[in-house]
Amino acid sequence: MAAIRGKRSIEGTTPFDGAQARKGYALNKMCYSFNDKANRDAFQRDEDAYCARYGLNAEQREAIRSRNVLALIAAGGNAYYLAKFAGIFGLDMQDIGAQQTGMTKDAFKAKLVAQGR
Amino acid sequence: MAKIIGSVMTSHVPAIGGAMAKKRQDEPYWKPFFDGFVPVRRWLAEAKPDVAVVFYNDHGLNFFLDKMPTFSVGAAPEYRNADEGWGIPTLPPYAGDQDLSWHVIESLIENEFDVTTCQEMLVDHAFTLPLELLWPGRKCPVRTVPICINTVQFPLPSAARCLKLGQAVGRAIETWEQDARVLILGTGGLSHQLDGERAGFINKSFDLEFMDRLAAEPEWATRYSILDLVELTGTQGVELVMWLAARGALLGKVNEAHRNYHVPISNTASGLMLFENRA
Repeated sequence: MAAIRGKRSIEGTTPFDGAQARKGYALNKMCYSFNDKANRDAFQRDEDAYCARYGLNAEQREAIRSRNVLALIAAGGNAYYLAKFAGIFGLDMQDIGAQQTGMTKDAFKAKLVAQGR
Repeated sequence: MAKIIGSVMTSHVPAIGGAMAKKRQDEPYWKPFFDGFVPVRRWLAEAKPDVAVVFYNDHGLNFFLDKMPTFSVGAAPEYRNADEGWGIPTLPPYAGDQDLSWHVIESLIENEFDVTTCQEMLVDHAFTLPLELLWPGRKCPVRTVPICINTVQFPLPSAARCLKLGQAVGRAIETWEQDARVLILGTGGLSHQLDGERAGFINKSFDLEFMDRLAAEPEWATRYSILDLVELTGTQGVELVMWLAARGALLGKVNEAHRNYHVPISNTASGLMLFENRA
């Protein structure tokens, strides 16, 4: 076994480990609730009240408000649950990829295609 | 006795469900992906499996972080799909095979794989879409046993452990006394990353080497730690452990009968392999 306690750094990547899972629990729990349409509707009716119900901290609340995926990850969000949040706004994975990489959606899609060559 | 006839490994992107619902299979973007399944369906029509054991990862439909099992085995009479939050159609339930589920569970725990058992289990796109790709039009003729491997919350089980899990499942199936023809599915991968500044990462050369070695030398991938695999294949590319588990369940001589590889489907390098398992 390699030494496993030191954090390994992978560029542009935040493995969702115990530290992230602890930090992001409330945020991810809220996003998990978006599996249900009634909850998605309730969020859209009153976003403040919905976030308060799940006990989001200030960083998480601001990240939700800004719809900023990198900020949501920094606040402990997990990609699989955040995808359900993005689904409320009809965003697909190329929208999310473009936002995180600072590219236009077309440029992001072209990058994907280029990697297949 | 039960017989394992082979395995299918495939990617499982939600957008596939949207494309099928909107009948886009023949559009230029989708055709190279969907056409890959034609030879698999032909093989299935001949091979006539009775049961499919499906290695897949849940994406936050059945399991949340309150309880996150590393390995879980379905033991339900049927498996329901449900709203995953992004508008792909919900598919009708899939039949279970509780006798095989419990046989596998008992055998695994006897062999030190202390799995979680689930008498109720929602199955997400990682389970439903591959079955829909193999038998389109909701005509899945097989009973199913889902085996879910955690890829949501680290630490994840290692590649070596997942290969061994597959081998243990293979041994369990081969000692099941029913005369059933069993197909193994492994769904996930190949390289992709949805999150972070490295979103959109794909590693074609790694994927192709992984596919090249999987039939004869599945141990090759077990030299890599999970974080190695994250670096090499992306945060969601680690789903390739499902392919290792499915490969592990084939205990006979493995023959590669078909493969397809196409980049991209959504943000994913899509892979497909069909292995026959010979005595």
